[in-house]
Parts: sequence; C-alpha cells; structure tokens
Amino acid sequence: MGKQAVSFKVNGKPVDVLVDPRELLVHTLREKLQLTGTHIGCESTHCGVCTVDINGQSIKSCTFLTVQADGAEVTTVEGLATADGLHIVQQAFVEEHGLQCGFCTPGMLVRAASFLKENPNPTEDEIRWGMSGNLCRCTGYQNIIKAVKTAARMMQEA
Amino acid sequence: MIPSSFEYHRATSVADAVAKLAANDEAKIIAGGHSLLPMMKLRFAEPPCLIDINGIAELKGITVEGDYLVIGAMTSENELIASELVAQHCPHLVNVAKLIADPQVRNRGSIGGDIAHGDPGNDHPAVMLSLDAHLVLHGPDGERTVPANGFFLGTYWTALEEHELLVKVKIPVRRAGMGYGYEKLKRKTGDYAVAGASVVVEMNGGQIGDVRIGLTNVAPCAIRAEAAEEILRGQVPSDELIARAAEAVRDACDPAEDLRGDAEYKSNMAAVMFSRAMEKAIADARG
Repeated sequence: MGKQAVSFKVNGKPVDVLVDPRELLVHTLREKLQLTGTHIGCESTHCGVCTVDINGQSIKSCTFLTVQADGAEVTTVEGLATADGLHIVQQAFVEEHGLQCGFCTPGMLVRAASFLKENPNPTEDEIRWGMSGNLCRCTGYQNIIKAVKTAARMMQEA
Repeated sequence: MIPSSFEYHRATSVADAVAKLAANDEAKIIAGGHSLLPMMKLRFAEPPCLIDINGIAELKGITVEGDYLVIGAMTSENELIASELVAQHCPHLVNVAKLIADPQVRNRGSIGGDIAHGDPGNDHPAVMLSLDAHLVLHGPDGERTVPANGFFLGTYWTALEEHELLVKVKIPVRRAGMGYGYEKLKRKTGDYAVAGASVVVEMNGGQIGDVRIGLTNVAPCAIRAEAAEEILRGQVPSDELIARAAEAVRDACDPAEDLRGDAEYKSNMAAVMFSRAMEKAIADARG
C-alpha cells in the first residue's frame, strides 16, 4: 500500500497531504506544512514538546499517525496568537518569564491553553497535575506554573 | 524514530474490524496507540498491517447494566476520570486512571488497549483481576464473555484468539462493605510502575469477607496474589495480619530485572504497595 491522502484543518486552515501510513503527525507538521513551532524532543511520548490539540484535546504528536488526523481540527502553537496579538497564555509566559532556553515552550503553551479550557480556575496542585505531561530540561517549572496561574487570572479578568 | 512500513485500514464497526483482522495476516489493532506505537517506533513490533478502531462509535461509552458497570473498550483514561457513573459505581477506576501516564496520553490511551496489549506494566490488568471484571470479546463467530481472571497468560500474551477484539469491560458495581485501594510506585510521572498493587476488599462486619489482590509489573503478566488472599479471608484486620499477607505477596512476585530495580527490590516494593493499598481499601470499606 502506498501513500494515503489525508485532509484536516490546521489552525483553522484546510490542508491536504499525501503521507505514508507510518508518518507521524509531528513530522507532517514540521516538514510538509513548515509549522516548525511544534518541536521534537524525546520522541517517546514523555517530554511533551510536540503537544498539539486534536479536536480540542491535547495529544503528543510524536505518538499519533498523520493518517489518524483525517477530518480532524489540529491546533499548533502557531494557532494561538491572532492578528490582535499574543494569546493570553503567551502574554502570561512573557510576564512571568515562564521559560529559560525556550525549547519546551511551544508544548507548554499549547498544553496550558488547553488545560485552562478544561479548568479555568485551577489551584497550584491542579496546574502541576494538568501540566505533568510536559517536561522542562532547564527545570524552570516555578515560573511556568506561575505563568499558568497568571494566565488563568488574566482570562478571568478579560 | 519512525515505525517500519505498514498498511493502514480504518475499521467502521466491530464486525468490520473483525473482518479486516481475518483478511490481513498478522494485522494488529491500533486503539489509543500509546503502547503499540512506541514499540513500533523502537522496531520492537513491526506489524505489516494496522487496523484503526478509533472511529468505531459502538466501542465508546459507559453504562450500567444490572449489577455491572459496562465500559466500551475505546473509552479513554480521561473519560473514565470524568465519568459520574464510574465515580459512583467504581471510584477505584478513577483513582487508577489518574495514576496512568500524563494528561496528553490519557486523552488517547484506552482501557481496552491497556488490557488487551498484555503488557505487565499496564495498570488495568491487575485492577481488572482485583475487581473480578469480565471481558467481552468479539470474533468471527460472535461474542463471548470471559473472566479477567485467566485472561492474562504472559508478556504480550492474552486469551484473545486470533481475529478477536476486546469490545467491552464489565465490572461489578460497588456493593455495601466494599473498599478499594491502588498503590503504584513510580520513578516519575508517566513511568510504568516499579510495582503496583490493587486491592478490593469486602468487609463482613469486622471481618474481611472477601479480598482480591492484583499485582502490576512484578511478573510476566498481571497476577492475583492468591496465597495472600487466603491469609486474609475471614480474619479481623490487624497490622500483624497484613504483614503476613505482605510476605505472601512478595513471594508471589517474579519480576524481570531492569532499570527500575532488581527482582528482590521490586518484590519488596510490591509487598509495601500491597500493605498500603490494603489499609486504604479497609478504610474505604468502613467509609
């Protein structure tokens, strides 16, 4: 069996790609669609830098076949900001300096945005649990947690 | 890391999935994919054909039928956590699911995949043993229901016949006097258990009426610690009794040595996890 045609939406925009069934979503995003905001880290479903949303749910795109995305709505970090400016979660990460080297940041942002939809007013423990699928090799967790908390507050105020 | 090449088919119904299994030699079912895809990326598994059951609506959903909580095989861990029916009729599963992997993985990982994959490190097999669950399997000749006890035969080896699919899990609903405990030692979030113990106890007044103990990742597959159960049945719980049962739990273990520890350490940790889960279950039963 050769390549398969797959159609889905990325950040609201319809895309059509032709892929081998074994192609992973993270590779399609980065190499075919040039959306390199989604990073490749551990490639083993641990680190969470490749986190994207599929139909509004966070997943790790290194453990998802592109053929499985047929008909889905995918949101990547490129889909967070709008013409009006940064997403609230991005602003909060800037304000709280929720990053050190920045490599894990795309995954953190996408997951945080999704988490705050699941739980708009989380406690610190809930944030730690909700963000536990994303690792920061710099161990900059304190400010990441602070940024998510700040984002929650900014959303309530908005 | 990219898997070897394979054919990919999307199944539209249980019957279609079974037909596709029969039509494709050595095909594997892909459920949530969070056990299978990592193995394929490492080339530990190289199935020539994948049959995707993610689009099958009849494999989803949670209902109560008589004395059983019935859970579709493709119900995700996060759906278990969010379900009011599960919280009401088997809160044990909510606590277990919260200890599995991380939020992203729990959106994809399914209870059926976790059971059918046959990985001794997966959590649901031991939990199913302790809950006395039944598994509904669908094959070319129709449906059959088997007890979870006896389903797990070895590493990546279950009683699933060729061309058979796990479609539902049936769990006895919580009865008066029942208590649950699951304890899992893990090195970090998302890791498999060094050792895990699932305890379901049914108190009969001050005595342990019945008890079932399932163990995670301390043998080639999930096991029941039957000798320990025998020690506990009919007795009044005490620290000394639980300590004696914990020794029997330790003796039941036959773990593989790996980066999580050697056999002795893992067996001892299983005994500790059992003791804690047992205390929790008794406290839970007493409300």
